[in-house]
Amino acid sequence: MKNNENMKEQEKQTKSLEEVFEAKIARDEKIEPKDWMPEKYRKTHIRQISQHAHSEIVGMLPEGNWITRAPSLRRKVALLAKVQDEAGHGLYLYSACETLGISREEMYEQLHSGKAKYSSIFNYPTLTWADMGAIGWLVDGAAIINQVPLCNTSFGPYARAMVRVCKEESFHQRQGYEIMMTLCNGTQEQKEMAQDALNRWWWPSLMMLGPTDDESTHTEQSMKWKLKRKTNDELRQQFIDQTVPQADILGLTIPDADLKYNNDTGHYDFGEIDWEEFWQVVKGHGMCNKERISARKNAWENGKWVRDAAVAYAEKQAEKQAVKKAV
Amino acid sequence: MNKDWPLWEVFVRSKNGLEHRHFGSLRAADAEMAINNARDVYTRRSEGVSIWVVESKNITASNPEHNGELFEPAADKAYRHPTFYDLPDDIEHM
Repeated sequence: MKNNENMKEQEKQTKSLEEVFEAKIARDEKIEPKDWMPEKYRKTHIRQISQHAHSEIVGMLPEGNWITRAPSLRRKVALLAKVQDEAGHGLYLYSACETLGISREEMYEQLHSGKAKYSSIFNYPTLTWADMGAIGWLVDGAAIINQVPLCNTSFGPYARAMVRVCKEESFHQRQGYEIMMTLCNGTQEQKEMAQDALNRWWWPSLMMLGPTDDESTHTEQSMKWKLKRKTNDELRQQFIDQTVPQADILGLTIPDADLKYNNDTGHYDFGEIDWEEFWQVVKGHGMCNKERISARKNAWENGKWVRDAAVAYAEKQAEKQAVKKAV
Repeated sequence: MNKDWPLWEVFVRSKNGLEHRHFGSLRAADAEMAINNARDVYTRRSEGVSIWVVESKNITASNPEHNGELFEPAADKAYRHPTFYDLPDDIEHM
């Protein structure tokens, strides 16, 4: 009997804590790591922030592929800086995620075992230099659309990390568009290369904004927590509306026969997305899934002796200091 | 051996005349590496002229559950603010 009452009392307490919590979010107040939060809020944030971090880190691989083959020094320093930014973004996000009580090792472990996902777009190969242009223009373009609303999300450390990420991201898209521009103003062969890259990256970029609203399981809760401000379909429409005119300026054709401006809605109508392909890639059957994960695992495992040596060195230095002080 | 690098909090002074502000955290084996990593992670675009790093475990933080007794007493002490005092409208330099 007594136990039962205790449980009821506890339930009541949690409920009132939850009410205070929801009200805080409704007032646009931020939640900070030591504040009380529902377990589901913590779990959802760990899932989303760590996936976001993993995407930044895995996202370095397709571009890293082209650093040594960049066509000029100007392009090379820009691409290097972009990839370095992505490493930095991954690190901001990992530390934001750690404030929720998951360790960095645990996150790496989840990435390496396939338990945690990362953006499926990074499982496509980068075949030509034009892919560096298409990725900057389209993939970073779609990422920006996804990320800007997150600067206002309810979890303080995530929002702060996103402000920094967004500030740095806009150069990424511009350097990509400039690459496309240069190719499109070049020889016939270069222009064809740009068109080929657009053909291959267009659909995966649309998929990057996530499953359609009726298929998206997390949208409703995420909207409530301001972890999402717009639905996937709204974001996708925004991306298409702003990208089509940019393709026109390049003189390139978007590979979608159904793409057409709709005078009534003021938006572009577009063709069917191949969601079967999307889910295949998410499930691990994309062209480069295995390669990406094995690159990350190798980097982690082969770097172990360096991490251990650094710890051993730090311990030795600390001991020496202690001895010096004692004398 | 399997030891994780400790967590460090990073504080950056963006220019002389301003205070160091909390920028974020990172992992590093020791203080020197923490400074070097902080430079790469947080000041790639000339965001700072000085960096402090401190191991996160050395920070003692207040508990939000105690916010009531810590911070609420200040709320009813309006007499600590200049606007609490009634003065004639035409008085100057005060």
